[in-house]
Amino acid sequence: MLKEGQVRIPSGCAISGMFSKSGKTFNGEDIINSIEIMHDRSNGLGGGFAAYGIYPEYKDFYAFHVFYDNTESKKECEKYLEECFDVVCLSEIPTRKVPGISDAPLIWRYFMVPLPSKLESMELDEREYVVRTVFHVNTNISGAYVFSSGKNMGSFKAVGFPEDVGRFYKLEEYNGYCFTAHGRYPTNTPGWWGGAHPFALLDYSVVHNGEISSYDANRRAIEMYGYKCTLQTDTEVITYIIDYLHRKMGLTYEEIASVVAAPFWQIIDNMPKKERETHEYLRNMFSSQLITGPFSILVGFEGGMMALNDRLKLRSMVVGEKDDMVYVASEESAIRRIQPNLDKVWAPSGGEPVIVTLNGGNS
Amino acid sequence: MAIDYFYPEYEVARNNDRCITCRVCERQCANNVHSYVEQLNKMTSNDANCVNCQRCVSLCPTKALKIVKSDNTFKLNNNWNQKTMKEVFLQAENSGVLLSSMGNPEPYPIYFDKILLNASQVTNPSIDPLREPMETRMFLGSTVHKIERDKKGNLINNLTPHLKLALPIMFSAMSYGSISYNAHESLARAAEELGTYYNTGEGGLHEDFYKYSKNTIVQVASGRFGVHKDYLNTAAAIEIKMGQGAKPGIGGHLPGTKIVGDVSRTRMAPEGCDAISPAPHHDIYSIEDLRQLVFSLKEATDYKKPIIVKIAAVHNVAAIASGIARSGADIIAIDGFRGGTGAAPTRIRDNVGIPIELALASVDARLRNEGIRDNVSLVVGGSIRSSSDVFKAIALGADSVYIGTAALLALGCHLCRSCHGGKCNWGIATQVPELVKRLNPNIGYKRLVNLLEAWNHEIMEMMGGMGINSIESLRGNRLMLRGVGLNEKELEILGIKHAGE
Repeated sequence: MLKEGQVRIPSGCAISGMFSKSGKTFNGEDIINSIEIMHDRSNGLGGGFAAYGIYPEYKDFYAFHVFYDNTESKKECEKYLEECFDVVCLSEIPTRKVPGISDAPLIWRYFMVPLPSKLESMELDEREYVVRTVFHVNTNISGAYVFSSGKNMGSFKAVGFPEDVGRFYKLEEYNGYCFTAHGRYPTNTPGWWGGAHPFALLDYSVVHNGEISSYDANRRAIEMYGYKCTLQTDTEVITYIIDYLHRKMGLTYEEIASVVAAPFWQIIDNMPKKERETHEYLRNMFSSQLITGPFSILVGFEGGMMALNDRLKLRSMVVGEKDDMVYVASEESAIRRIQPNLDKVWAPSGGEPVIVTLNGGNS
Repeated sequence: MAIDYFYPEYEVARNNDRCITCRVCERQCANNVHSYVEQLNKMTSNDANCVNCQRCVSLCPTKALKIVKSDNTFKLNNNWNQKTMKEVFLQAENSGVLLSSMGNPEPYPIYFDKILLNASQVTNPSIDPLREPMETRMFLGSTVHKIERDKKGNLINNLTPHLKLALPIMFSAMSYGSISYNAHESLARAAEELGTYYNTGEGGLHEDFYKYSKNTIVQVASGRFGVHKDYLNTAAAIEIKMGQGAKPGIGGHLPGTKIVGDVSRTRMAPEGCDAISPAPHHDIYSIEDLRQLVFSLKEATDYKKPIIVKIAAVHNVAAIASGIARSGADIIAIDGFRGGTGAAPTRIRDNVGIPIELALASVDARLRNEGIRDNVSLVVGGSIRSSSDVFKAIALGADSVYIGTAALLALGCHLCRSCHGGKCNWGIATQVPELVKRLNPNIGYKRLVNLLEAWNHEIMEMMGGMGINSIESLRGNRLMLRGVGLNEKELEILGIKHAGE
């Protein structure tokens, strides 16, 4: 049977996310409860979480979460990491035994900074350097897979139902200002933990529900800019597009939304001149980054979160607000379960981004 | 009298019970096939002159006419077929280079016919183009990603000039001279109405058609016919013609008999004098020379026009395209070996060049591997026969297509492949005034508009079926394609999987 990455596997899903605009931290209990109520939107073949603000004591270090098939791959990967980074702390990621989660790989965590000498000799921006090491491990070191590589954030994922995955990783022991969650319904049995979501690169993480019809157009375009789509999943390519547009091109999240879920020409053509020109420019310049087909995504990033639907809103997604908290989920029930008394609840239209940041900071 | 080695290939089958001797066929045939025999009050035919253009068949009011393939046959031989033998007889008699018109008709593989499309089922929804927006607008030009902002942080439009197409289909180059004034007018008006472009070919732009210049691509070919400052500056884009799919490696030859009146003036060539386009551009013997012509044209037009470089699909097309993508050109047009022509040596047309599907797939892959696909847009032609060919070409990686033969068919052409005779009964490939006026541009342009609107509608249906609502998400989306009956190597070059995979 072909593993994830050797074959393209479409999947349906559930997503949920919660964000404190004031930066107040909370543990992972609620996000587990939220995603759990959408149990039937997953099929036990993948679940995961991204959490932000969880490593305050190591906030200046890149936190790598790595899956290993065996000790040999661990040895090889650690040798490579030590050549590239100053590793200040390494440990196994704490887990507990949970029925429904089996065949766990070795799961390790490293807090590190790039070796200054190495960074200098490669003449790379620090974040680009980190991205390249992630790609190196994931494509060249057999049995090793970096699934989280940002600062003060982490991704936690496994094969299983998301609520079991959350409990397996003891998410209640982590405190953060933002959590996102994903339950997966793949149309195949990959049985590989790396294939679960979120997909994360640096501090960008994406949980996604949908099957994009533009996949191969997006993939072939993004691979031209040095990205390697090793998993063949929508989420992977969406993450790379966001990383590319935000980190490399310097677009704002609003602009990114106008690229990936561009307004229809019939809307653009009727906009005021300046706005029309901007949209026409973005659609023309980044035409291969337009994503079509159904999707609802939650993009986590340092200090913020963006929720976005495809341009036709072919996937459900609801937003709720209570005081400084913003909740986003595939179904309203997932929000009501953890916050029954909402100040406001609405369904954003297709292509309309909902962007929240810490204390109203820049996106 | 010399022995006639040939029995006519096609015969006129006349149903005398239906024939009313109205003599329409006689008047309509520029090849003098039909004549009236007064004594018998009957029509008769000289089959030897018939090119099977179907003009008489289409106009016969009583449907009394058919053109049928002659069943006369040389002794059957799998090595020496009828056509090959006939060509030997012809050359033994006249000692000339065999000439042909329109695209290569030989039975080489047609890859478009071995590629199937995907559609959505269950895991994502198909989209109904009657209910939801379905976008086929496409821009052509360079999109090298670079973001610049003004002091307020607003994006600066730093894009180089682009062509904006309402649908991803343009009319390919056909010169005034090779086709008629009325054919050009039909193409120009159709392009304007459709929001796309037609291409002057290498014969210059007739002064009457400057009013369609917003929808006109002008061509600069090796003969430089009709090229002057206003010609370049009036156009929406300029195409440098390096090659043509029907006759890669050789130039063009418009006989003096067609260089008359307006054609002569538009071409800036003396009346009655053969117009010879040399095989190469004599100022381009290498890629660095091409770059100079690209920038000469940009200088002459103040960097306001995208420059297209058109090449024939030949063996080394990917490497050539890679060179062009670095030459400053904005668009590369690739013409496949099935592409049409007003006249080409038969041996060249039928034996030189490669299929456009393979050329396109390898060029697109090569440019992506080198990270320079954004430098240029890709336009392919030769031959695109239907909306599904357009669709497959875009999914293989093209930004848009050129159609020539299909457009001529819309104007009445029946592919008799006798353009080089200059006596086109449909008023398309001729300069004989009585024949030209048979093509009414008011009807002709409408038929072109009908055709492309129908194709565009079909493209939308196919896009919707696979859940794509914007054409750019189809471009290069090879996962939407599957091959049937193709071998591993063919699949590898096309970059697609086999059906069932």
